[in-house]
Amino acid sequence: MEKETLIGEIRKRFAAEIESDAESLGDQVLIVRREGLRAVMAGLQAAPFDYAVLLDLTCVDFLASENRFEMVYHIFSLSRNRRLRIKVSLPDDNPVVDSIAGLWKNANWLEREVFDMFGVAFMGHPDLRRILMYEGFEGHPLRKSYPWRKEQPRIPLKD
Amino acid sequence: MDARIQKEARPDTMLINMGPSHPAMHGTFRIMLELEGEKILNSEIEIGYLHRGFEKTCENKTYFNLLPYTDRLNYVSPQINNLGYVMTMEKLLGVRVPERATAIRVLMSELSRVSDHLTCLAAMAMENGAFTVFLYMMKAREFLWDVIEATSGSRMTTAYIRIGGVRADLNDEWRESVKTALVETRRVLKDVHGLLDKNQIFLNRTRGIGTISKEDALSYGWTGPCLRSTGILYDVRKAHPYAIYDRLAFDVPLGEHGDNFDRYVVRMSEMEQSLRIIEQVAALIPDTAPAVKADGIEPAEAVRQGRLRKPGQRIRLSPNLEGSEKDRYQDILTRDAPVCVPPKEDTYTTMEGLISHFLFFMKGYGIRPPKGDVYFSVEGGNGELGYYIVSDGTDRPYRLHLRAPCFHLVSAIEQLIRGRFVADVIPTFGSMNMIGGELDR
Amino acid sequence: MSGFDFLTTRFETALGWGRKFSLFHYPFVTACCGMEYMSAACAHFDLDRFGAGWTRFSPRQSDLLLVVGTVSHKLAPVLKTVYEQMMEPKWVIAFGACAVSGGIYQNYAAVQGIDRVIPVDVYIPGCPPRPEMVLDGLLKLQEKIQKQEQDWRWRKKP
Repeated sequence: MEKETLIGEIRKRFAAEIESDAESLGDQVLIVRREGLRAVMAGLQAAPFDYAVLLDLTCVDFLASENRFEMVYHIFSLSRNRRLRIKVSLPDDNPVVDSIAGLWKNANWLEREVFDMFGVAFMGHPDLRRILMYEGFEGHPLRKSYPWRKEQPRIPLKD
Repeated sequence: MDARIQKEARPDTMLINMGPSHPAMHGTFRIMLELEGEKILNSEIEIGYLHRGFEKTCENKTYFNLLPYTDRLNYVSPQINNLGYVMTMEKLLGVRVPERATAIRVLMSELSRVSDHLTCLAAMAMENGAFTVFLYMMKAREFLWDVIEATSGSRMTTAYIRIGGVRADLNDEWRESVKTALVETRRVLKDVHGLLDKNQIFLNRTRGIGTISKEDALSYGWTGPCLRSTGILYDVRKAHPYAIYDRLAFDVPLGEHGDNFDRYVVRMSEMEQSLRIIEQVAALIPDTAPAVKADGIEPAEAVRQGRLRKPGQRIRLSPNLEGSEKDRYQDILTRDAPVCVPPKEDTYTTMEGLISHFLFFMKGYGIRPPKGDVYFSVEGGNGELGYYIVSDGTDRPYRLHLRAPCFHLVSAIEQLIRGRFVADVIPTFGSMNMIGGELDR
Repeated sequence: MSGFDFLTTRFETALGWGRKFSLFHYPFVTACCGMEYMSAACAHFDLDRFGAGWTRFSPRQSDLLLVVGTVSHKLAPVLKTVYEQMMEPKWVIAFGACAVSGGIYQNYAAVQGIDRVIPVDVYIPGCPPRPEMVLDGLLKLQEKIQKQEQDWRWRKKP
């Protein structure tokens, strides 16, 4: 399918869940509603769209805006050789989104990393706990509200 | 803190801890194994021991200033990380890079890739007992690093590939040193093929071990040599060509079974293909006038005399890195936009040069890309190395995220070692090429 | 007791000579400096010609702890445990800018120098240090080991 018609097909199929689509410097972007994320992802992974690979999953903290966290997913279709970026906005008071660990196996660790760094919770994740930081670390380092140089030593350090 | 495996383990099994201080090479990685005799029933991996806060640091540094941090991600192939970051920025800024700089970038990239695969296989072989292979491959790596050092000044983490081009042109004797590196590396590869390809011990330890199916590999988001060892053809250099890869002739080796031995074979073949690319790029880059000119003396001899610094001698070398003089600048750095440092001759002698130098480095000025976000990926030593940068119009990135290929590779290890023996963990883990800097960022 | 002092200094010299030329090191490798450590240990720039070639992959069997690369806060207790597992006499080399002072990582995750966790004998700066610098650092450590004095208070009568 051509790029434009592919996006057209996707929008037609998931009209309720997709808020808008855009193109940013040659990358195709879809803005999806939080409630519809799992349905959209499952639909895109299956035929006929065949986005078989979850390339990346991350989060951006827009401290100043009302929807503070924005989840960004990059999925890739090997058969079409095409990438797609999907964005979901989450509010500050309830940063929870559906987990896609059941669809792609690497989402397990990627979501753990986002939970560790940003504090976003994933519903349905089999094992949500910290992955890069250690037990006893308070806070979520990549949030804009966490000071960059605040160290939390695990053992008493000499000066 | 009780790890998950401690809670889940049966009371009659043994829990063994491997790491985080591994016998050198792999850095910091912890695997907790639940064993029944030698058989692994379950395992749990703990990472994060080399988490150095790369992404948070990048939010507090300017776009130019954070370049050395990218070197230290996949530290066995630093130039490829540089290239990924720089090309992402160039996509965001919309600048074009001169042809010669692009060719030099590809040359450095491929030298890095060979060095990455050499290190990975050397470590893997050493841990399986083939110490000679480790020594031979390290020797080959030295020749490659000689080329990189002569051009950029540093053997490893170079910060050589800059936004808009490269830091300096190749030095005058680069063709000989590249030729030497190719000859030595090919000799070493031939020796290693002879030592390992049909070696019964190596085959017993790697063939049929750590096997993964195509569907699982895709589900785990594997890319790079590990994915190609299962038989799936996906190479960013072929699928989304960047730099001058679309003009170069090279094959992408594929494996069959997706086991450790196939990963070894794919990496060995990829090294040969990278050497082929290096030869083609070396033929593409035209010769230029020598950087050091002295009457009646050969450039190499002039450089040697200039370094000796005898009193009263008439040869004075430029204090800049060889190949970064002003007359080379338009070949190696873009003039499209002020995204790179002006030449030193201008900075020290003209007012405009001084001002543009200051504006480049001053807080709040410098490289200020338009607002927006961008994702770009290159083929790293482990697979698709992607950068996702969100810019808010200021001189610092709002968010910089690295798509680390070995994060996805390593997340599959728990599945790969289940049901196998303890001794199988070593070649499986070794063939993944886990690099702590990239994994933990 | 000049005779006694003569014997002890000769003994110390011999002990220092023996210790410095038979260093068994434990490479606590974490990051990029590990690549330069591998180069320093291999054929091109050989550590073995200084007697320090044999890597003991266990802290209990080694007397030199080479902390190579960044130590994060998550790893600091592990480093301390490894150091405490080594037997006296033991020495520590901080290899690389990150081990010396935190290097370019001054943030929430990295320990700003391993001398905040364990005592260090020789600091080798560099990011990463060239193998020749590593060898220079090793030679300095060997000088230090040669000059180390034993505690003879138990032998000398007041």
